[in-house]
Amino acid sequence: MLKLEGADIRKGTFRLEADLEIAGGARVAVIGPSGAGKSTLLEAVAGFQPLAAGRILWQGRDLAPLGPGKRPVAMLFQDGNLFPHLSVRQNVGLGVDANRRLTATERAQVDASIARVGLQGLEDRKPAELSGGQQSRAALARVLVQGRELLLLDEPFAALGPALKAEMLDLVRDITTESDLTMLMVSHDPQDARRIADQVVLVAEGTARPPEPTVQLLDNPPAALRSYLGDN
Amino acid sequence: MAHSAQPVNLRPVATWPGTCAALGVALLVLGTLAAVTLRAEGGAGFGAADQSALRFTLVQAVLSALISVGLAIPVARALARRRFPGRRVLITLLGAPFILPVIVAILGLLAVFGRSGWVSDALGLVGLPPVQIYGLHGVVIAHVFFNLPLATRLILQGWQEIPAERFRLAAQLDAGPGAMWRLLELPMLRQVVPGAAAVIFAICLSSFAVALTLGGGPRATTLELAIYQAFHFDFDLGRAAMLSSVQLVLTVAAALLALRVSLGDGLGAGLDRAVARWDGAGARAWLSDGLWIALAALFLMLPLLAVLVAGVPGLASLPGSVWSAAWVSIQIASLSTALLLLVALPLSASIAMGRKRLGEVAGILGLAASPLVIGTGLFVMVYPFVDPFVLALPVTAVVNMVMALPFALRILVPRMRQVLRQNARLAVALDMRGRAVWQRVLLPRCRAQIGFAAGLTAALSLGDLGVIALFADPEVATLPLQVYRLMGAYRMEAAQGAALLLFVLSMGVFWLLDRGGRYHAET
Repeated sequence: MLKLEGADIRKGTFRLEADLEIAGGARVAVIGPSGAGKSTLLEAVAGFQPLAAGRILWQGRDLAPLGPGKRPVAMLFQDGNLFPHLSVRQNVGLGVDANRRLTATERAQVDASIARVGLQGLEDRKPAELSGGQQSRAALARVLVQGRELLLLDEPFAALGPALKAEMLDLVRDITTESDLTMLMVSHDPQDARRIADQVVLVAEGTARPPEPTVQLLDNPPAALRSYLGDN
Repeated sequence: MAHSAQPVNLRPVATWPGTCAALGVALLVLGTLAAVTLRAEGGAGFGAADQSALRFTLVQAVLSALISVGLAIPVARALARRRFPGRRVLITLLGAPFILPVIVAILGLLAVFGRSGWVSDALGLVGLPPVQIYGLHGVVIAHVFFNLPLATRLILQGWQEIPAERFRLAAQLDAGPGAMWRLLELPMLRQVVPGAAAVIFAICLSSFAVALTLGGGPRATTLELAIYQAFHFDFDLGRAAMLSSVQLVLTVAAALLALRVSLGDGLGAGLDRAVARWDGAGARAWLSDGLWIALAALFLMLPLLAVLVAGVPGLASLPGSVWSAAWVSIQIASLSTALLLLVALPLSASIAMGRKRLGEVAGILGLAASPLVIGTGLFVMVYPFVDPFVLALPVTAVVNMVMALPFALRILVPRMRQVLRQNARLAVALDMRGRAVWQRVLLPRCRAQIGFAAGLTAALSLGDLGVIALFADPEVATLPLQVYRLMGAYRMEAAQGAALLLFVLSMGVFWLLDRGGRYHAET
């Protein structure tokens, strides 16, 4: 279980408060107007953003003393998820251990996860030689070998077309189910939430609200969400 | 939101190695100065000769800066608004004097402007007396030769940075040349020219090799040359120390001034783009632009051509001393380049990760440090323990490294900053640390800039004629020093052959390292 206990995040004059719990294994969409602090919330969980007050706990353990690389978190950003000068295999390999050479077993594990996301045969390509969808797949392959329990997605598929994005979301759903991951995904699009998220955290007016079931929330949006979604 | 959310203090590598590197350089520069000052037995007054050296240093630096910038304005303007075949090559060539060994340029300038040079020969045909290159105007001509291209590149950059839309708007408003000048060009020049002039002034203050070869005598001695003479001929440490302090005050003041009004470095790429413009269409503008470009190209290329032409005959019969000097130079340049990377890489990473102070300190020290002051200081420090001549080569390598450091940082820091901005978050998220970050991210991503900086350092070191003149005994010489000695012995053919060898070596080593860095490098 991920628990934000009176978490208070400040950036200059910007302030976001969060007091909520997310069950282990849940898939949660984080939605809200731009500038409300959706990415900031994920960055706080990942350790890129310190808390002014409160705690963030995973399975009862306070994450504060852990740096971003030490938390049980795999995060995909909007861009820059792959090193452009490294091949797919090298990029994915960094997920096992970024600081040493890999053993034969680990290399086999890397190749297996590359195959799992459907990139077999492209192991030696550089990111520039891949399509946008293939780049996303490579990043997801790395998430697989990282073996972290929490997956944070900060709109990594925003640049993809609708069909491709749907394909990626389905892949994410399968991966999170197979590996029993807990997922938080920032999204601008309520359809994304309907597609893979069981629950939605609404971030608006300086607060991240506790999660609510997706369909229920989207069908009967509260005022803050309604003004974001518009009339349709 | 996603981009403004970029956290500031991500440091995937430690900053302390950079801090240590900066401290080491500071210690070297300031420590040697202290050593000189302490060793100076007080009471060395500032005599008439010293006053005239100070005056000459200032006068030649001011003249060099003003003339370089004054000539660069029309040349840059012509280059900014004309497109012609060879424009790219010419703009690339404007970068060449920076890595051209001073002694090579001097031989080229002598062959063109010297007593028996091409210009004098031409004047002789119409019955005029030959031109005289030694003295103030020779020193200034040489400085303009080196700094006109720098000034042109800096000012051209200013021209290129005027947004194309403004030229379009001005053309649409039917702005004539006067209005164009007032609306667009003058405001830009007012921003760019003071910086360019200040940088050139600062560079010319520490002129040593030019003054050594074309100046000299009581009326054309720079402070640097005076330090050398006090040390080398009189072994008057007190006077050398006193002159060193004056020189240091001068260069620190000039470096601060240059940084205050600072701007790009003219090393950057992107200058070969011609802005679409609708002015300067008249025949007169066309003619004057053509003339300026032709004159500048001739002024820069004739001396280089002269080096080639004059050097070839001597190349076949180079004395053995030249070859052994070339070998010494290559060793020094290799050591100097290795040292530079050792210092500049961690330092540039630390600066890029937010330790801006380090960059300022290293920049000022690098610009203000006088090779001869450092050399004198090291001499004084080691003199009681070891024979300083033994240390001539390593000391030269260290001094060359310090001299190249500010330029290397200007090349490395922006790229380092960019690479860290793009990759630091991912590296931290993957728990990548120290060595792995260097090996897997920073070094491969900065390879092109590392090659460029290394090439620049190696070429500068190969061509340097400075501190080695203090230390070298008659048995050992670097290639530039050997060229100078051959000139002094009036063995001009051998000197010109050796100069050609030096020219080829410096350009070759720069090309090799720069190309090697960019070979198959991803951007």
